[in-house]
Amino acid sequence: MTSAKSSAQLKPMRKGFKLGALPWIGPAIAVIVLLVLYPAYTMIKTSFMNIDETGTSHGFTGLSNYRTLFHNPNLVPVLERTLIWTVSVVFFTVIISLPVAQVLHAKFPGRRLVRYALIVPWAASVVMTSTSWLWILNGYYGVLNRILLSLGLIKDQVQFLGNPTQSFAWLILVAVFVSVPFTTYVILAGLTTVGDDIMEASTVDGASGWQRYKHITFPLLRPALLISMVINLINVFNSFPIIWVMTTGGPGYSTDTTTTLAYKITFRSADIGQSASMATINFAIILVFIALFLKVSRWKEND
Amino acid sequence: MSSTVATLVTKRKRFTGRKVSLMISGWVIGLIFLAPYIEMLITSVKSKSEILAIPTTYAPQHWTWSNYITIWKQLPLAQYLRTSIVVSLSATVLVLLIAVPAAYYVGRNKFRGRTAFLFLVLVTQMFSPTSLIIGIFREVIRFHLVDTWLALILIYAAFNLAFSIWILSSFFASIPIEIEEAAWIDGASRIQALRRVILPVALPGLITAFIFTFISAWNEFVIALTIESSPVHQPITVGLESLIGQYQVQWQYLFAGSLIAIVPVVILFALIEKWLVSGLTAGSVK
Repeated sequence: MTSAKSSAQLKPMRKGFKLGALPWIGPAIAVIVLLVLYPAYTMIKTSFMNIDETGTSHGFTGLSNYRTLFHNPNLVPVLERTLIWTVSVVFFTVIISLPVAQVLHAKFPGRRLVRYALIVPWAASVVMTSTSWLWILNGYYGVLNRILLSLGLIKDQVQFLGNPTQSFAWLILVAVFVSVPFTTYVILAGLTTVGDDIMEASTVDGASGWQRYKHITFPLLRPALLISMVINLINVFNSFPIIWVMTTGGPGYSTDTTTTLAYKITFRSADIGQSASMATINFAIILVFIALFLKVSRWKEND
Repeated sequence: MSSTVATLVTKRKRFTGRKVSLMISGWVIGLIFLAPYIEMLITSVKSKSEILAIPTTYAPQHWTWSNYITIWKQLPLAQYLRTSIVVSLSATVLVLLIAVPAAYYVGRNKFRGRTAFLFLVLVTQMFSPTSLIIGIFREVIRFHLVDTWLALILIYAAFNLAFSIWILSSFFASIPIEIEEAAWIDGASRIQALRRVILPVALPGLITAFIFTFISAWNEFVIALTIESSPVHQPITVGLESLIGQYQVQWQYLFAGSLIAIVPVVILFALIEKWLVSGLTAGSVK
C-alpha cells in the first residue's frame, strides 16, 4: 500500500534524473571523485611510472615497478601475515564482542559506567592507545612484567615484544582490544531490535538460555554482525598505527602487513613507483577480501 | 502454597545470583577496557626517576601533577588543540552538509544511477587515507595545499563521507513516508519537510554520523604528519609525536599530553552514548 503510494510520488523524480538527483547527490559525488578517486587514479598511474626521490617523473615504465616488487623476498611472508592478521583480528573481535554485548544489554548496577568505559578505547586515538600498550609491555619498566612477577607466573622479566611471533600475537591482541568497542555497540544495536517480547515468548515455550540464543537471538543478529564484520575487515586490513607504534613492522619486516610495508617503501626507500604498486595491490586485495566475504556470507540472501 | 513460596524463593535466589555474576563480569569488562588508560594516568603523574624504576611501581610514590604544567609549557598544546578542534569540527560539518541531502535522496527515492552511486560510496569506504597517501600527497602539492588546515579538512571529510551516507540513508529509509507526506499536505516544501520533520526524527543517526566523523578526524595521524610541517598547523596527535625521541621517550609527558587529548573526546562521546545504540540500529537492521 505504502509502496504504491510512494512510487506514485516518486515518478516525477525518476523522469528527470539529471535535474532531480544531481542537486542532492552531486556534492557527494564531486567530493568523492576529487578527493578519493582522483588520488586513487594518481596512485595507480604512479605505479606504472618511474619517479625518483625528488618526485620528478621519468615517464612510464610499464610493469617494472610490479616486477621489482614481486622480486622482493619479503612480499610473500608479508602477504601471508596480512591474511593471518585480518582474519584473526576480525574473528577474535566478533567472538569477544558477542558475549560482551550480551552482558551490556542486560541490566545490572553500574551498567552505564561500564558502557562509558567501553567507549574510551573507541574515542581515544589508536596511536595513543598503542603507545600505552607499548609501555605496559615494556621489558624493563612495564607493569605487565611486575604483575606477572607478583603472581609468580614468570621468574624473570620477559621481553614481550622480543621475538616476531610473540610481538605479532600482542599486536593482534591490541587490534582486537581497539576493535571490540565499536563491534559491541553494533551488536548492542542489533540486540535492541530483537525485542523483549520475542524472548519472553520463547521462554514461555520452554526454550533454554542457550537454545534461545542459538535459534532466536543469533539469527536475528546476522545483519548487525555482517555489517560490523565488513567494516572491521576494511579497518583491520588498512590498520597502520598499532603496528607502526609498537614494532614499526620489525625487527626487519617480520611483523609487517602490506599496509605498513607500503608505507615503509614510500618513506624509507623513497621508491614512489614501487610503493604505489604496493598500495595498488593492497587495494586489489581488500576488494577481493570483501567480495569473497560477501559471497561466503551470502549477503544478498537476506535482502 | 508452601511449594509456591519455595519456587518463588529459588527463583529470586537464581535471579540475584544471575544479577551478581552479570555485575561482576560487567565490571571486569569495564576495567579491562580502561586498563591502558589507567596506566597512562598513573605514569603521567610519576616522576622521571620513578618511571625508570625496576620493577615498576603500581601507584606513584610521589604524585607529580606538575608534569601536566610542564608539558603545557613545554609544548604549544593549546595551539595543537585549537588545530584539532577547528579541523575536526569543520570536517564534520562539511560531511553532514554533503551527506544529509545525498543520504536523504538515496534513502527516499529510486532513481537511475542509484546503484552506481551506492557502489561508489561502498568503494570509497574501502580506501583508507593511509593506503592512498602517495596519491593524496601528490594532489595536495599540485593544488598548493601543503601545510594548510584546508587540506586536512577536505581529506577527512572525503574519507568519512561514505560511512555517514550509508548510516543516514538507512535511517531516512526507515522513517515512514507518511510523516513527510503529512508535512507536504500542510504546505511544506520538500526542503522544509526535511528540515522540520525528518531531521528531528533522524537525530540519533545524525549524532552517530557526527561522532564517527569527529572522532576519526580528531585521531587521524598519518596524513596530518605527512602534510602539516609547521607546528601552527599540526593537530595534537602529530604535536605529541615530538616527545617520542629516537632513543628516549618522555613517557610521563607523552601520557599527560595524550590524556589531555583523550579526555574531551571521551566526554563528548559519553554525552551522546544514549543516542549511539539507536543511531546504529537503523544501520544494523538494513
